[in-house]
Amino acid sequence: MSHDQSLNPDIMPNEPEKATLEGKNKFLGFWFFLGGETVLFASLFGTFIALRHSTADGPTGNEIFGLELVFIMTMLLLTSSLTSVYAVYHMRNNDFNKMQLWFGITALLGIGFLGSEIYEFTHYITEYGFTFRSSAFGSAFYALVGFHGGHVTFGLAWLIGLMVRNAKRRLNLYNAPKYYTFSLYWHFIDVIWVFIFTVVYLMGKVG
Amino acid sequence: MSMAASQKRSFGAFLWDYLTTVDHKKIAHLYLFGGGFFFLLGGLEAMIIRIQLIKPENDLVSAGFYNELFTMHGTTMIFLAAMPLLLGLMNAVVPLQIGARDVAFPFLNSLGFWLFLFGGIMLNMSWLFGGAPDAGWTSYVPISTTSPGHGVDFYVMGLQIAGAGTLIGGINFLATIINMRAPGMTFMRMPLFSWTTFITSVLILFAFPALTIGLFLLMFDRMFGTAFFDVSLGGNAIIWQHLFWIFGHPEVYILILPVFGIFSDVFSTFSKKRLFGYTAMVFATILIAFLGFMVWAHHMFTVGLGPVANSLFAIATMAIAVPTGIKIFNWLATMWGGSISINSTMLWALGFIPTFTIGGMTGVMVASVVADYQYHDTYFVVAHFHYVIVGGTVFGIMAGLHHWWPKMFGRILNEAMGKLTFWTFFIGFHLTFFIQHFLGLMGMPRRYWVFLENQGLDLGNQISTVGAFFMAFGVIVFLINIVHTAVKGEKAEADPWDGRSLEWTIASPPPHYNFKQTPLVRGLDPLWIEKTEGKGKMTPAEPLGDIHMPNSSFLPFMISLGLFIAGFGFIYQVDHNWAYSLLFGGMAITLVCMMIRSLKDDHGHHIPKEDLEGEAK
Amino acid sequence: MAENTNSNESNPYQKQKKKEEMQKQLISFAMSILLTIIAFVIVITDMMDEMFVVPLLLLLAIVQVAFQLYYFMHLKDKGHEFASVMFYGGVWAAVLTLAALGVITWW
Repeated sequence: MSHDQSLNPDIMPNEPEKATLEGKNKFLGFWFFLGGETVLFASLFGTFIALRHSTADGPTGNEIFGLELVFIMTMLLLTSSLTSVYAVYHMRNNDFNKMQLWFGITALLGIGFLGSEIYEFTHYITEYGFTFRSSAFGSAFYALVGFHGGHVTFGLAWLIGLMVRNAKRRLNLYNAPKYYTFSLYWHFIDVIWVFIFTVVYLMGKVG
Repeated sequence: MSMAASQKRSFGAFLWDYLTTVDHKKIAHLYLFGGGFFFLLGGLEAMIIRIQLIKPENDLVSAGFYNELFTMHGTTMIFLAAMPLLLGLMNAVVPLQIGARDVAFPFLNSLGFWLFLFGGIMLNMSWLFGGAPDAGWTSYVPISTTSPGHGVDFYVMGLQIAGAGTLIGGINFLATIINMRAPGMTFMRMPLFSWTTFITSVLILFAFPALTIGLFLLMFDRMFGTAFFDVSLGGNAIIWQHLFWIFGHPEVYILILPVFGIFSDVFSTFSKKRLFGYTAMVFATILIAFLGFMVWAHHMFTVGLGPVANSLFAIATMAIAVPTGIKIFNWLATMWGGSISINSTMLWALGFIPTFTIGGMTGVMVASVVADYQYHDTYFVVAHFHYVIVGGTVFGIMAGLHHWWPKMFGRILNEAMGKLTFWTFFIGFHLTFFIQHFLGLMGMPRRYWVFLENQGLDLGNQISTVGAFFMAFGVIVFLINIVHTAVKGEKAEADPWDGRSLEWTIASPPPHYNFKQTPLVRGLDPLWIEKTEGKGKMTPAEPLGDIHMPNSSFLPFMISLGLFIAGFGFIYQVDHNWAYSLLFGGMAITLVCMMIRSLKDDHGHHIPKEDLEGEAK
Repeated sequence: MAENTNSNESNPYQKQKKKEEMQKQLISFAMSILLTIIAFVIVITDMMDEMFVVPLLLLLAIVQVAFQLYYFMHLKDKGHEFASVMFYGGVWAAVLTLAALGVITWW
């Protein structure tokens, strides 16, 4: 059951991410970590919900949010979720090059998302003078959305590191779990974003 | 990689071994000594508190220093003493109990320890850098946001680092218990200590993120000028209380559930009986954990949440008494009709039952909202939580230490000194804290550095301080016992207590691969089954073969050190620009080490079959 | 090992299974996009009362997240029992946290 490097890379099990004990442990441990992350983000969402009307004479969400950009960002991140699904599909078919290609597209879409978010934040700061010191709403907004952005940044660094490290060798039972846990992480980021665009932006426009 | 224990090694090699170890047994030693050190520190703080309160209007310490003392006493005892000591016992015992060669994530296990240690050192560095945190272990805002100096900053950074370590430890135990059990070791055959470790890890996983976010908000309010808790900018102070107690209440179950497991194992071992109501015990544990998440607001009855919320939380809180009661009766029934041997381990377990029951009953009293308006923030509450945390957790840790000391260190603790420790500590404990119920009912508020004379509080406080000295004496005897045992203690055989579970099937201390051949488990109390119905030893579940073991690594130490340095950077960037170099430098160390870990392949190593055959049975 | 492996001339049953899986995932993606567009349209056109919009938006979000979890993250597959239990434990703790902080101002 050890991660034997001599295992023929031409013959891979159907779910290479869970073929070794180490892979199984990683898979479970990472899901548990995501359970903890759920509480982490819930605490931030709760803080945001409690403080979303506490604008203290500063700008309100309704005044500053532009839904066009948020829609583009949503599409970028949703699509990147699909591309990482394709990557895992090719991983399970033991097609390393296609997997790298689809993960590459995922990374590009993620960079697009991150760039949009940076643009959005600078826009709020320069146009409206809306910072995390403006009001309790400002603090809660930047804490929640920024924490998510931080997760995207970390995820991109992780993915690029993985892709570069493994570029010159093929899929094996040692790196397959690493790719798979990344894909779980990336979907989870998308799950959080679904709630962010719903609770922060759309409900902010409604309220 | 053959490291025969008999070989004399230099101190440097010994130190390097412990700094880089990923072996759960050595990490257990580290946790025990780290946690033990902080326990002594917290105990010292407690002694100063009690000496200050020995007479009315005492002027031994100033009001400000007293604030620092009780804050650090609480924080140290909970985060840096009780939890690490429990994690130490879990690390030492659980992999052995489930028949595993190692934990699921040895690297992360070691990282968890070093994060805890550096977090603890960070917190205590505050004494040297202009004053410790002084806002109570609960650190309520706005006291904590307006506390001058850097004390509370050290609280925030220290707990953030230590908390991350605990979370990692929790995930590790979950994956270990699910994936690494020996053949035949089904969930419902696991010893109770493994079960409670599992449930405790679930609590850690879901409770600590709330603290992480709470500390994060507090950190940003104090260091970067955000307005989460700043009412003038629309902030809300209650958010902190909710986040803190959403973490804080499960935390007290994190402290108590593992010792429920320890006591279950101790009672059945020393009564020579199968644990009474094993299934009920398991489900009571799960029920306590489940309910434990829905009662946090009983710490906030006097905040003004309103009658509906208060009633709901009061009822949920009282409901927890039911599964806890089930446990108490099961322990009594386990002993009933058993062939009981009373040694120092068993004494702690026997002392626990009445002590914890008193703590549980006062718990139901404070759960009643109306009455709580009277008890809140008085010594009644202080007495209550010391009855459950000392009477439960500390007694449990002591029982666990006496029980598994031979397995962990290969020598048996001295019985006479063990008994002396128990009796002085037990009597001292009740002297100290029983009287505090009445002090509280008479209106003595907690966290005050003085009280006035002739208000009926003089004698009670005096008795309480005398009791504290008895407890201190007990702890000193225990320390002497440890040294005595290490120097000339009786060498332990594999199974000194006529044990029931798998850890007693292997040598004391165990070889670093634990089980030469993974054992085949045939039921609950597997060793006992083999003793009564089989050959008296375990049947192997696999032929002798190469054993795969993880490699040691220095990276966990470096990752934690980086965060420790960055913590200073975060704290001092408020005053000085040079602190940014610490901040970025520390983070760089951490991130680079994480990258090395991620990118460098680490396949572990194999112990060849031939080496195993060569070793004496 | 032989029947559970996957060389380049892979066994047709596994290949077919993966293909069907991929189709389902594509459908979930289309549904996600559709649900997102519906949510944005509802808000931009301002067609409904606030009392009605907020629960509807949350419902759309939850459905979409279920697609992510069950199809993209394979939570519906075998061998995900512990993963689901722990993840839903987290969701439960999250719901409690949200309830606590969300209703601070009510009571």
